[in-house]
Amino acid sequence: MTKVVYNGETDPRLCKDVIGATVADLVEHDPDVIFLDADLMSCSGTLKWSKTHGDRAIDCGIAESNMAGVAAGLAAAGFKPIIHSFGTFASRRCYDQIFLSGGYAKNDITVIGTDPGVTAAMNGGTHMPFEDVALYNALPGATVIDASDPTCLESVLRQCVNRPGIKYIRVGRKQYARIYADGSELPIGKAVTLREGTDVAIFAAGILLHEAMKAAASLEAQGVSCAVVDCFTIKPIDADAVEAWAKKCGAVVVAENANRHGGLYDSVLEVLAERCPVPAACVAVEDEFGEVGTVGYLQERFGLTAAHVEEQVKAVLKRKH
Amino acid sequence: MELQERKAIEAFALKIRMAALDAIHSIGSGHVGGVMSISDALAVLYGREMQVRPDDPKWPDRDELVMSKGHAGPAVYATLALKGFFPYEELRTLNRGGTRLPSHCDRNKTPGVDMTTGSLGQGTSQAAGLALGNKLKGRKNRVFLIVGDGEMNEGQCWESFLFASAKKLGNLVVLIDWNKRQLDGYLDEVLPMGDFAAKMESFGFDTVTVDGGDVDAIAAALERTRNGGDKPYAIVLDTVKGHGVEEVENTAMNHSMPVTDERFERWTAELKAKLDALEG
Repeated sequence: MTKVVYNGETDPRLCKDVIGATVADLVEHDPDVIFLDADLMSCSGTLKWSKTHGDRAIDCGIAESNMAGVAAGLAAAGFKPIIHSFGTFASRRCYDQIFLSGGYAKNDITVIGTDPGVTAAMNGGTHMPFEDVALYNALPGATVIDASDPTCLESVLRQCVNRPGIKYIRVGRKQYARIYADGSELPIGKAVTLREGTDVAIFAAGILLHEAMKAAASLEAQGVSCAVVDCFTIKPIDADAVEAWAKKCGAVVVAENANRHGGLYDSVLEVLAERCPVPAACVAVEDEFGEVGTVGYLQERFGLTAAHVEEQVKAVLKRKH
Repeated sequence: MELQERKAIEAFALKIRMAALDAIHSIGSGHVGGVMSISDALAVLYGREMQVRPDDPKWPDRDELVMSKGHAGPAVYATLALKGFFPYEELRTLNRGGTRLPSHCDRNKTPGVDMTTGSLGQGTSQAAGLALGNKLKGRKNRVFLIVGDGEMNEGQCWESFLFASAKKLGNLVVLIDWNKRQLDGYLDEVLPMGDFAAKMESFGFDTVTVDGGDVDAIAAALERTRNGGDKPYAIVLDTVKGHGVEEVENTAMNHSMPVTDERFERWTAELKAKLDALEG
């Protein structure tokens, strides 16, 4: 059951607490689930729990490459490993190990990369992954998720542990706007329509969903009807949903908290190019490195606000035939 | 080891070299040096130390080998073929399109290969994960990890050794093929690695150094690891790159070499003469 309850309010839960509670529950009910972290358990909400579950909560220290390789070995021994680090370190830092020891060797691993894109905020440019989506998109057979809210996070994490291949979930550690009713199931690979519309289809993911919904409400008051579709599964993209909404609206805007190259925008454009070429535009990072600041400052700095979505909707409307 | 058994293991090592050369010759060239230097250790491992079932390669309680210096694949394939994991003739499909025997070890392709390796350093963490996983599952088996000396340039090796020691993986045995040479030349020219045994000891490993061409010494070192305990084991194999074929030993750059028909005949004859002397 998937129930959309978006009204602009914030879900009271911290995503890191959802990670911690979900991991603890998965370990409790499945003897093969094992959790590994690289000295960031306090950031993944697992530290306190780990103290009483030492056998299944493995702190690898600040050594992400080794953690990825150990996870691969654990998978070969029959476990279902979940590993966590910040998005930069969970992607770039251990990419070759995830790629070869994991993906290529068919050792299935679930990877959680926290603080994606501008949500890295005060940790600044060194900790700000705009490219993690592109890297995991390029890994054959990988599943790539940009979690929409705490409910989505819990649902996809539960699915990922039993899903083959490499699964990458990017999610902030803090609060998100509530999109779904508690307990909703979000089947991986299935986009969810948050709002119907006829003029422009907005495909968004992660924290940009909230911006897209605000933009759609504002545009409606101006006489522009926008659909908003939650593409939390970036890979495999829900090509049928993209095609259907693109055909219905005839123009598309993609909104994502990542580099415009190699992420959701590219995935949507592939579908459009092959199935239904329509004008498209994006709200994404324009091929830049990150920097330090509040999330609000960084959304302005990199053009990731509702106003930017609105701007792109109007721009793409002008190109619509 | 009794004299009879020692002779059998030495003969097995010679046959591994001959079979690996047969495989490499079939495709024209390959990683001869590092294949030769590790053949004696493989003969001891598969000849007496490891519990494996050629007719049931995925037997969950088997001892596992991670050939982290994955380019020594042909030595592993030769060993496995001689053990009966797959037909000997298949060795001559090495590196050919569609083969089950790729240049570097692949656990999804070759019966008896336990881990996918080749990007140097990565096998070390995988082996640590395997050892940890086996321990948590309550298995009594051991994981044998073979690392090249040049491979130890990779930082990941040292991350994984810290980890193995911290997690008290007494079911992990690391064998370092200290053959003194890497692709571009001698270790001391490329990146001096210092004292491997001292390093491993300081990382918390129960460490010994043995003559890596002496099957008796290797066997004794491996017997020490049977009791497990709280420390992982390291065995530094003092080897010669290309060991067993004089011409290869004496070729400075012997990491990868062409094996022409003429070389194949000459080198095989040298190994065969040693085998005849041993078995005669």
